[in-house]
Amino acid sequence: MSTIVSAASRRARRPRYLSTAFGILVVVIMLFPVYWMVNASLQRGGSAIGSTLIPINLSWSGYEAALREQGQNLVTSIIVSAGTVAFTLLISVPAAYILAKFVRRGTSIFILALLVAQMVPGIVLANALYSVYSSLGILNSIPGLILADASRCIPFSIILLRAFMLALPSELLEAARIDGASHFRAFRSIALPLSQNAIITAGLFSFLFTWGDFIFAVTLTTTADVRPITLGIYNYLAAQQQEWGPVMATSVIAALPAMIILMAAQRYITAGSLSGALK
Amino acid sequence: MSSLSGASISRRRGNANVRSERRFVWLMLAPALLYVAGFFAYPIVKNVVMGFQDYSITTFYTGEAPWVGLANYAQVFASRVFSVAVVNTAVFTVVSISLQFAIGLALAVFFHRKFPLSVALRSLLLLPWLLPLLASTAVWRWILDQDSGILNQALGFFHLTSSAIPWLSSPSFAMISLIAVKVWVAVPFNLAILYGGLQGIPGELYEAASIDGASPGQAFRFITLPLLRPVIGVVIVLGIIYTLESLDIILGLTGGGPANSTDTLSTLSYLESFERYSFGTGAAISNIIIVVSMIFTFIYLRIDRRPAQ
Repeated sequence: MSTIVSAASRRARRPRYLSTAFGILVVVIMLFPVYWMVNASLQRGGSAIGSTLIPINLSWSGYEAALREQGQNLVTSIIVSAGTVAFTLLISVPAAYILAKFVRRGTSIFILALLVAQMVPGIVLANALYSVYSSLGILNSIPGLILADASRCIPFSIILLRAFMLALPSELLEAARIDGASHFRAFRSIALPLSQNAIITAGLFSFLFTWGDFIFAVTLTTTADVRPITLGIYNYLAAQQQEWGPVMATSVIAALPAMIILMAAQRYITAGSLSGALK
Repeated sequence: MSSLSGASISRRRGNANVRSERRFVWLMLAPALLYVAGFFAYPIVKNVVMGFQDYSITTFYTGEAPWVGLANYAQVFASRVFSVAVVNTAVFTVVSISLQFAIGLALAVFFHRKFPLSVALRSLLLLPWLLPLLASTAVWRWILDQDSGILNQALGFFHLTSSAIPWLSSPSFAMISLIAVKVWVAVPFNLAILYGGLQGIPGELYEAASIDGASPGQAFRFITLPLLRPVIGVVIVLGIIYTLESLDIILGLTGGGPANSTDTLSTLSYLESFERYSFGTGAAISNIIIVVSMIFTFIYLRIDRRPAQ
């Protein structure tokens, strides 16, 4: 009996290692561009003719140029992204709580409106916002970008957070009320701590959406004063830059938040945490 | 007497409760309602109106945008570039959705059979989806560069091609390159969502099927596909909507060229509004995009998300 089992498991094991080998091959192919970006950013010069498959002659000159030319844009991106996360959560968390726990009538209509809003193409919003921003004088401004970038984050966050908050135990919230806590107190001391994970997920995705934003950056800014890093990369590309070192270094810097989040906070961005927002 | 007043006090307290709850609800919800009104409802209405106006750079100085009826639409429909862009948009969407879905599904099924390192490898594959599109576009732009790109160098090194292929600079290759990059970006999203769907299928079904003598192919066809159908619908419709509005990759890789070979409705709308400052025609094109997206949004909302029993 035991020999049969071990023979069967041996037969099963070999294909499993073949699977691992194939899986590694897929990852190597899919991540080659990312590797090439990092590799090229660490080499001097920048034509592929001069660059090697691994960075033998390490050089930080690409990064020096990137920080010199894109440093200010990097700061702009950080401020805009952090601001958008704060603004998004400030609006979405209370709204999601109300939609999950208080309002019955009208909730489905509002959720439907948010689902539709999520699908409105960015170019449509940008087209209309440009003229509004121009008359309000908030083109080329950080608050202007934050308000526009939040359009990609708020519907998504409210839907995701509401799906999570539906499962908060109502008895706990009622018990707090009976003990004399105000509605706001129950929200702050019970609902908020219990929703922490979902709030982190919404915040991380809002950060990534905004950090990678291009459409609002390219349409709602016209000068170099307020220019996110994605637009810095685009300007390199539009200028037909033939020196790729700084371009790749800037791209690596722009890619860092996604890499860090994937390593350090993976459990918040897995498909499972997204399923609420897709329903 | 005393009991009467007691009842009225508690009723009054009840009313105060209801009022305080109502105030709380509105305070918490009002910012979100205001935002949706200001940043979705208003821009959409504004865009529809702009589509009927001669809204150009002079509008910003004079404040006047003369009503021109359907002239913007007439101008858009009459232009040769528009019909080219419609065909490009259709080709770009249909081909990249088919490829990204097929590859995503194959990888999801592959990773669903657990093997050593499968979890780590699967999460590494998320990376292309999380990176800023402009960063990915920049590296692809260089990989595909005709003279200094690694792709042509590799092909030349292995003697697979006799001359360097103009991946981005020839009208016949530009769309192929664009689709390849789009698929690279979108496969991780398809993989992640479809994998999530596969995990929702009870394993006993496959055990029962294999006891009944079903082949893996039959199990895939008669268990996996039907039970995955709602998730497949979501992934495809979302993919179509994302592809319709994609602008970053196209502007970064080809700028719509060469010779309009990669211009889509999105790039056309962008060019009209933000390079020619003809906001009226730009709005007309983006209204067409809205109509198409809304059709697919409607399909998305109608997808029955309950798995078939």
